Amino acid sequence: MRQALTLLRGELRLSFRHGTDTLGAVLFFLLAGALFPLAIGPAPETLGRIAPGIVWVCALLAALLPLDRLFGADFEDGTLDQLLLSGLPAGAIAGVKAAAHWLVTGLPLLAVATPLAIMLRMPLDALPALLSGLLPGTIVLSLLGTMGAAIVLGARRGGVLLPLLVLPLAVPVLIFGVAAADAASFALSPRPHLLLLTALLAAALPLCLIGAGAALRRAAE
Amino acid sequence: MLLQAEGLAVFRSERLVFRDVSFDVPEGGALLLVGPNGAGKSTLLRLLAGLGRAAAGRVLWRGQDALADRSLHARRLAYLGHQDALKPALTVGETVRAAAALGGRPGSGGTALEALGLAPLADLPVRMLSAGQRRRLALARLLCAPTALWLLDEPTLGLDTASVARLGAMLARHRAAGGAAIIATHLPVPLPGAATLTLGA
Repeated sequence: MRQALTLLRGELRLSFRHGTDTLGAVLFFLLAGALFPLAIGPAPETLGRIAPGIVWVCALLAALLPLDRLFGADFEDGTLDQLLLSGLPAGAIAGVKAAAHWLVTGLPLLAVATPLAIMLRMPLDALPALLSGLLPGTIVLSLLGTMGAAIVLGARRGGVLLPLLVLPLAVPVLIFGVAAADAASFALSPRPHLLLLTALLAAALPLCLIGAGAALRRAAE
Repeated sequence: MLLQAEGLAVFRSERLVFRDVSFDVPEGGALLLVGPNGAGKSTLLRLLAGLGRAAAGRVLWRGQDALADRSLHARRLAYLGHQDALKPALTVGETVRAAAALGGRPGSGGTALEALGLAPLADLPVRMLSAGQRRRLALARLLCAPTALWLLDEPTLGLDTASVARLGAMLARHRAAGGAAIIATHLPVPLPGAATLTLGA
């Protein structure tokens, strides 16, 4: 555990040194969201109706952006070998990477989701449901992304393969996340959808880390 | 006997890299791996580190199967591959401090830098280092964890004569403390009394 925290601190320090990569995902999220009013017109009723969907799709795509460098740099410069020889199980290394990805991508997305949603005229009553859906949702996205990034490691054109692998797996997260916010904007309870999202998180946590760990071992061979 | 290899064989995709490789390394012992390019020296080192997979044979650590628990085995060894595994954005000091914190020997970073003559460069970012200095920094990381077995792949690559002598002193201290080293190399390494294993012969 102490080793994992040390590793996480190192990962975060590196992320802050490469600040543009981190900021890039958040800016992409805001810009992509801002394109919708330009493309479909600023009518509040239309925008407000589809705002949860826009926020979720943009969050999903923005979370994908930094994934191909998640293990890519470590794989190329030999750091991955050293990580695998740090004495931590490969699954724990994947867990540290997923946590770092969530802290530098998922958490900032969560923070800027509110201004984006307000800009898109989403009903304010639905905002808590949107955010409480994004919280487990972005963690699941980080876990799925970490697994995907580990699996495509060493593949030619892994960056192209990665979204093809991760996006279909992320569909349930998208469905329940948007459904929670939609339910709240129609004054229904978002609770069942949020519970399902949390269940997805509970399933993804062990499965994705085991998968990612095995893929990392495989990539090192 | 610290480390024993029995009848190791490795395939890389369809090609047999080597087979029937057996050797013993006692405590304080050293083994030089020599052989032409492509003979499997690096592959053997990665296999011993638990990064590769053997098609046949086994590796024993004090008589027990070493690779049954790879995380446990990883704590016994330090591995230096072809690549230096350094992050250009970190400084020299940060690199060894991080390695020392991870290796469970906090505070060893300063001594590690001094052992390789890198102490004056501690505040420099890694991207400013020359190839030889980077190699020395990668070697300094060996001293940041209490490991019994060093697996080094061409450790003297790019080093000047003074640094090779420092590496020699490091290896001598490591062996005097009961540690062992297995080194793949084409260049002479100061390693008195080392056994030699020729691959691809």
